[in-house]
Amino acid sequence: MTTTLPAYDDVVARYEPVIGLETHVELGTNTKMFCGCPTDFGGEPNTRVCPVCLGLPGSLPVANKAAIEATIRIGLALNCSIAEWCRFARKNYFYPDMPKDFQISQYDEPLCFDGYLDVEVDGELVRIGIERVHLEEDTGKTLHVGGATGRIHGATESLVDYNRAGIPLVEIVTKPVPGTGALAPEVARAYVTELRDVLRSLGVSDVRMEEGSLRCDVNTSLNLPGEEWGTRTETKNVNSLRSVERAVRSEMLRQAAVLDAGGKITQETRHFHEDTGDTTPGRSKETATDYRYFPEPDLVPLAPDAAWVAELKAALPELPRLHRRRLQEQWGLSDLDMQSVLNAGAVELIEQTVAAGATPAAARKWWLGELSRRANEAGIELADVGATPAQVAELQGLVDAGKLNDKLARSVLEGVVAGEGSPTEIMTDRGLEVVSDTGALTAAVDEAIAANPGIADKIRSGKVAAAGALVGAVMKTTRGQADAKTVRELILERLGVQG
Amino acid sequence: MSDLTRLTATEIAGLVATGETSAVEVTRAHLDRIAAVDDRVHAFLHVDTDGALAAARAVDERRAAGEELGPLAGVPVAVKDVLTTKGVPTTVGSKILEGWRPPYDATIVQRLREAGTVMLGKTNMDEFAMGSSTEYSAYGPTRNPWDTDRIPGGSGGGSAAALAAYEAPLSIGSDTGGSIRQPGAVTGTVGAKPTYGGTSRYGLVAFSSSLDTPGPCARTVLDAALLHQVIGGHDPRDSTSIPAPVPDVVAAAKLGATGDLTGVKLGIVSEFTGEGAEPGVLAAFRESVDTLAKLGAEIVEVSCPHFRYALPAYYLIAPSECSSNLARFDGVRFGLRVGDDGNRSLEEVMSLTREAGFGAEVKRRIMIGTYALSSGYYDAYYGQAQKVRTLITRDFTAAFERVDALISPTTPFVAFPLGARTSDPYQMYLADLFTIPTNLYGGPGISVPCGLSDGLPVGLQVMAPTMADDRMYRVAAALESVVGTFTPPAL
Repeated sequence: MTTTLPAYDDVVARYEPVIGLETHVELGTNTKMFCGCPTDFGGEPNTRVCPVCLGLPGSLPVANKAAIEATIRIGLALNCSIAEWCRFARKNYFYPDMPKDFQISQYDEPLCFDGYLDVEVDGELVRIGIERVHLEEDTGKTLHVGGATGRIHGATESLVDYNRAGIPLVEIVTKPVPGTGALAPEVARAYVTELRDVLRSLGVSDVRMEEGSLRCDVNTSLNLPGEEWGTRTETKNVNSLRSVERAVRSEMLRQAAVLDAGGKITQETRHFHEDTGDTTPGRSKETATDYRYFPEPDLVPLAPDAAWVAELKAALPELPRLHRRRLQEQWGLSDLDMQSVLNAGAVELIEQTVAAGATPAAARKWWLGELSRRANEAGIELADVGATPAQVAELQGLVDAGKLNDKLARSVLEGVVAGEGSPTEIMTDRGLEVVSDTGALTAAVDEAIAANPGIADKIRSGKVAAAGALVGAVMKTTRGQADAKTVRELILERLGVQG
Repeated sequence: MSDLTRLTATEIAGLVATGETSAVEVTRAHLDRIAAVDDRVHAFLHVDTDGALAAARAVDERRAAGEELGPLAGVPVAVKDVLTTKGVPTTVGSKILEGWRPPYDATIVQRLREAGTVMLGKTNMDEFAMGSSTEYSAYGPTRNPWDTDRIPGGSGGGSAAALAAYEAPLSIGSDTGGSIRQPGAVTGTVGAKPTYGGTSRYGLVAFSSSLDTPGPCARTVLDAALLHQVIGGHDPRDSTSIPAPVPDVVAAAKLGATGDLTGVKLGIVSEFTGEGAEPGVLAAFRESVDTLAKLGAEIVEVSCPHFRYALPAYYLIAPSECSSNLARFDGVRFGLRVGDDGNRSLEEVMSLTREAGFGAEVKRRIMIGTYALSSGYYDAYYGQAQKVRTLITRDFTAAFERVDALISPTTPFVAFPLGARTSDPYQMYLADLFTIPTNLYGGPGISVPCGLSDGLPVGLQVMAPTMADDRMYRVAAALESVVGTFTPPAL
């Protein structure tokens, strides 16, 4: 069935969206949730396993205290209440990448509940209610070999890697978010972005969506104004911040088309496709498995000590939103300028560059200018562009010391990004240092004056602006390795003119 | 040297320690005995001859080197096939694990090795410890050494029969609803279920996690206490393990053996001495009560009104947990795999594997449990059973405000003929009528031989408060000091 999708403006004029987000975060603990196996990403398949995370008969789980602590800190940062007493529960379903054929999770007694996270969209603060934050174990990964699609259908073999099985996973579920109208996709993106920043500031996870340490399911429904909320769909495989926004928008358009045609929305899981920006149906929730939850009898209940929770709360870092506000003031940026820093994902990078000695203005110039351009061209995150804040600060230091001009600095940066070494090393190795030997420079200036007597006369007669042409000539002979300002001063000096 | 297989563990350890015999000699004697009688008893699923002799030699070498040996060093022990043993087959009495050699030792097995005991092999059991006769073993039933046409109890019939047949002086069992105590009772041996959490479950292939309790089996109360001391105590690998020292059960057994129970107040569970128990069982029990009174114990009747709901509650909780615990037997990672011919789907292979690998009783319980946990039925079944469990616990705590320990017959009937109860699950379930409440409560219970009925052993059960395991050993040892131990007719 192909339907022509309605226009987005038209959809939000007639329908009200309700969104909700379920986010899974792999915690960066040293060991797995219920055993002592390491959690590092990668590794040869099935090398980071033991009887416990393989679910061998007789093995028993022991809860990781560091994971419980991290979860409570997440809950506190999201303004949640922390359960005084709660239990793990078994979620029963058969799947080969689940070693025990049940997942140890939490059901009706989450560790953290009833909180909120404020996010900024278009300068407005939107409060996203947090339903619950709970702790569970990750599954292994199944690899289907031999099929065309990498999916189970058509595969000749299925391989399972249990390295990931048992890695602590925190699930953060929002309350339904109504009332955001046309901004719904942006609100969804802003929430995940803010949540990611919160998690990063807590240091509990490396929150990399592309590696799957932050995974997001997006719930979307539409209803007519004044009517009850519509049937929701759950979109999975949303693997980037941009996809979060696209998935909500795409689902709003699709649902509107179905409703416009007099159809009904099926409650189902849908799969987001990065390439097309569309969603396609997955398994239907109507025939969903009965997970037969019951309290995990192999683990004792969790009863976090109130004094401990209070300690964790007192030690929480500044929330990213407040932190950003403080930085904006320190950096003297307008809301618009700060927004472009945020959009570029450059807040921390600039902050660290400033900490390494650069001025905020210089740091911002490099990260939003040359480095953002390179990241965009390469289609990568700014943080992965290949330059560190310390290197950028060092580069700027060389510029400030007059050893590099702007053009040379760009060449050095190219070397830094290419991994050739520190800015100072590259400057030396590539022979890019500004020609500051005044003898050589004076000779070049004199040469330029002699070669361009007409221009020289103009300058002498007071047309100081004509000096630019001579500067260009000197820069050419020095192959750019001179500081333009110095050259200009030298020209005026040699011609006996005041600048 | 007299027949080494007739000695108690205490005696064997003494002879090994003084060098009057060697661990190897003791081990050979028991291996010979197994070779001679086990085709008639079938207590063992696997005899680890090489492993046992190697362990025995290691003990002898340590003694020769002048090292101090533990109280059970050199003593052979048979381990119920429910505990994982590194490199040694572990089947849980099921076809689904046939040929599986675990890559790790259960904590208890590790402690047995560290204590210098000699593991002879793995004993037969009802599949996944579900049963009361060992007839549900996928590898054929174990027979009662008292009468090989009768059952040895279950699920730990192999561990009990090995003792009664003098194939081992000590064995390990696991008790979810009576699987240590009831086999002890019907084979005339001692079986103790420790406080839940008093012995580690790490490496115990789970049937019902909130009830499973591994424990010691022996021919004397003191031997059971010594074994209890060795295997018990906190294990950081089991979250439900209690972080406290093992109550001094050995001292308690020695104190009891003096035959003085002055100042001890015992309560007869009145619900367990009426209908439902065989007259012969009740007669032996009554006689033992008189004996306990003569030893100085004060005897009172105690009513535990909710015990009558224990059996139905148990048959919801245990199957519910088992339905989840047994899910992992899917043919993917270990054990049996059926139907993996390259054409069948994963679901089909899982399903064929489970169809072929599990026996009827296991399937019955998985289905009951799956149903009881399913959405819409949970509250009515699993939830309700948990409430009953709380009421039963309250009965116990109320009773223990009045008395030091509770007593009852261990099981309503003596060893029944093979096949007598296999066609009616409920008749089989009744074998655990008197033992199940203790599991639901989590306290300790012990079965000690108290007499014979028509030539077959009867057991008396002593139940104590949680972490007061020492009390039951004292009472059991006191009774044993009068009635003695029971020797079956020659095989």
